[in-house]
Amino acid sequence: MVKLIAAAVGVVFCIALLFGAVVPRDAAQPDPVAKYHLAPKEVTWANDNNGGLAIFSTFDRAQLQRGYQVYKEICSGCHSINRVAFRNLTEIGFSPAEIKALAKQSEIATTDDKTGEPTTRKGIPADKIPGPYPNEAAARAANNNALPPNLALITKAREEGPRYVYSLLTGYKPAPADWKTPDGLYYNPYFRSLNVAMPPPLSADGQVTYTDGTKSTVEQNAKDVVAFLTWTAEPTLEARRRTGVGVVAFLIALTILGYLSYQRVWADLKRKRPEMMPAE
Amino acid sequence: MATQHPIDDLTPTGERRRDFIFIATGAFAAAGAATVVWPLVNQMNPSADVLALAQIDLDLAAIQPGQAIKVSWRGKPVFARNLTAKEIAEAKAVPISTLRDPETLAQRTKAGKENWLITLGVCTHLGCVPLGAGEGENKGAFGGYFCPCHGSQYDTAARIRSGPAPKNLEVPTYAFKSPTQVTIG
Amino acid sequence: MSFPWAKHYEPQGAFMKYVDSRLPIPRLVYDSLGAGYPVPKNLNYFYNFGVLAGVALVVQILTGVILGMHYAANTTIAFDSVEHIMRDVNGGWMLRYMHATGASFFFVVVYIHIFRGLFYGSYKPPREVLWLLGLVIFLLMMATAFMGYVLVWGQMSFWGATVITNLFSAIPLVGETIHTWLLGGFSPDNATLNRFFSLHYLLPFIILGVVILHVWALHIPGSNNPTGIDVKSEADTVPFHPYYTSKDFFGLGVYLTLFAIVVFFLPNMLGEADNYIPANPLSTPAHIVPEWYFWPFYAILRAFTQDFLFVPAKLWGVLAMFSAILLLFFLPWLDTSPVRSNNYRPLMKQLFWLFVVDVLILGICGGKPAGEPWLRISQLASAYYFAHFLILVPLVSRLEKPLPLPNSISEAVLKKATNTGAPIALQPKGAGLAELPASGQPAE
Repeated sequence: MVKLIAAAVGVVFCIALLFGAVVPRDAAQPDPVAKYHLAPKEVTWANDNNGGLAIFSTFDRAQLQRGYQVYKEICSGCHSINRVAFRNLTEIGFSPAEIKALAKQSEIATTDDKTGEPTTRKGIPADKIPGPYPNEAAARAANNNALPPNLALITKAREEGPRYVYSLLTGYKPAPADWKTPDGLYYNPYFRSLNVAMPPPLSADGQVTYTDGTKSTVEQNAKDVVAFLTWTAEPTLEARRRTGVGVVAFLIALTILGYLSYQRVWADLKRKRPEMMPAE
Repeated sequence: MATQHPIDDLTPTGERRRDFIFIATGAFAAAGAATVVWPLVNQMNPSADVLALAQIDLDLAAIQPGQAIKVSWRGKPVFARNLTAKEIAEAKAVPISTLRDPETLAQRTKAGKENWLITLGVCTHLGCVPLGAGEGENKGAFGGYFCPCHGSQYDTAARIRSGPAPKNLEVPTYAFKSPTQVTIG
Repeated sequence: MSFPWAKHYEPQGAFMKYVDSRLPIPRLVYDSLGAGYPVPKNLNYFYNFGVLAGVALVVQILTGVILGMHYAANTTIAFDSVEHIMRDVNGGWMLRYMHATGASFFFVVVYIHIFRGLFYGSYKPPREVLWLLGLVIFLLMMATAFMGYVLVWGQMSFWGATVITNLFSAIPLVGETIHTWLLGGFSPDNATLNRFFSLHYLLPFIILGVVILHVWALHIPGSNNPTGIDVKSEADTVPFHPYYTSKDFFGLGVYLTLFAIVVFFLPNMLGEADNYIPANPLSTPAHIVPEWYFWPFYAILRAFTQDFLFVPAKLWGVLAMFSAILLLFFLPWLDTSPVRSNNYRPLMKQLFWLFVVDVLILGICGGKPAGEPWLRISQLASAYYFAHFLILVPLVSRLEKPLPLPNSISEAVLKKATNTGAPIALQPKGAGLAELPASGQPAE
């Protein structure tokens, strides 16, 4: 009885599905975006072992500081990284005194204790690095209704994040003849829809003068800022890998010991009671 | 295929020999288990953002003699008072032996800065916030602080003089970074 | 299972005797996991996965309760609270990655465990209730995992919640009412998030309870084994401790090593980048996909694009997706072959492997964007899925001619040993191939 009903149900589902499978589809429209969209460029960083197996790789501190400089001088005008606090910057090499001074330069929104009016106060290291706009509406108003995304997590929030951001920053080029880019948008083949609202932020070499003397080209700026953003997305990356090495090494050793114990337990059985479990 | 002896009868005494490999594995596993416990316990310790506010900087420049301000430190109120010469004299005049919690003004302030009295604003009886720091608040009979909950009264050095509180208002760890800047905590 | 030759618990010392007479938990452990529980001696590594599933559950509960100390279930701060865990809580990044990876590993282990049951006929009498309890655990796991993913309140959390809760509105007449009741509103919002947090905290403990019933139901008949034939004598079994405790410990080592490699070196491999974007109800991600362990069912759901027989396509998809799991509840009554293990059912064995390939294909399709050629492949693969359980399995179970079964587990073990070239001297008398009975019927 069960089998009969089951067979009937099965036949119904199969027919419904096969009906759907044979129904003709609309002709596939050629996708103009797919024609020009490019996968992210091949580029590597110190913290991913330059493309190799990233087990022991760490951030290049000097690169992180250069990246912070690029962020501060170029990107922070429109993009926030307010998941990072000033105090976190000790991890990229600033001293507590430098951070205190840095924080003091920022204005943090607060309310006046006496009047209740909104006001600002000087930042302290515990504060998150404030973004350029107080809220989304202000950000859109200042950017032609486009919202510059928060960059703190951007390299984890995009497929192949670091390579994607680098490609986007260095990928602006003139649009092909048969592609329409509306006014106010810019053609970039690495962007999902090919037309991005962000004007090219790195337009020429030497926009930022690095304090450590590294040659400041567009590619270098992009590489450095992406390394910095990889850090903002995951400040605990180095701790994660360090801990991982210890944990995996320990577990491999424990597994080997476990295997030897298991063999010993069963070998006793095979040796003493061959009629139970012949040794092979 | 029935057999007469139980499966585990592998030694004359019927017990499994304590092989070295079992001891080694057991010891390793135990060490691993012990190591795992620490992160699970440590995650309940204060997180980095809470620890970042464990210390605060206070600017004393705006506090006139005879005035005090209240700030929040580690979720508790702190009173920072600029003592007048009269208040300092009053504090020094009190015989130490008569105090419930004997302390001199010098013990409760920094050397050369005895006019700056920085204490927790938490009554040592049951934890209310005493009055006296704000403008026009009741300073009590001893000119310091007055706790409205059960009537504890503190003098100009914030020492307990009357009422149920057992100890003077606590002086937190603090240090002068400059003549008008202190770091508390 | 009370095999007569099982060793008996003897409390040692006055304290243990005291405990034994008042609350005999040590006796319970001895009888179910210790030297007092006889288990077939021929279990292979596929039989490790039940214990691994239990360990995965414990890891999830432990890390989950701890994460709950730091998480805030309010739409304005949920995403921020997860970042707070990642950045500020001591070791928080490790706990979060363990919990997220642990969910995936839990499903890997459970899927292998289920497929093991399918191959060796572990759902057949007398283990039908064991199988049903297992499916209940599976359903609870899916609900728990779905709600847990929503808690992050990223783009995929919000939009995945939107899509899956929308399914309920496909139910005729009462669908929209149920939909609104489930959400506590008209779209996923604070009400939804809060109740998902409450239920996500609750369900794992319900799972724990059903797991206890599941292990209890197993211990009544005792474990199945790769031959599918019953235990006949003491020679067929070994005590669980130390034979399978040592084997499970080794298996656990392998599992934890792989787990640690993913947690510490590839923590975002199994996730979606879009979930690192805070939820935005006004902007839909390019591709909405659930976590990988839901992909086969997602493919079945999306395979129905045509209204058929007056039933809208959306309702077909919902019915088919739930049926795909519900039909498993009927398997003991669809597959009525008296032979349990596919090792002795050559036709069923082939069907099994075709089914595995089918599920893998469905899984791949589920993760792809909706469109061709994935849609057509999903439709064919979904049809095969239903055909497999509802038509092929019942048919084959009736018509197939199984291979002759060995007389006992011991015989099968020895036969396997001699086939691998063990010295003749070790062959006990009467265990050669000539001694096998002509018919394939098991003794019971």
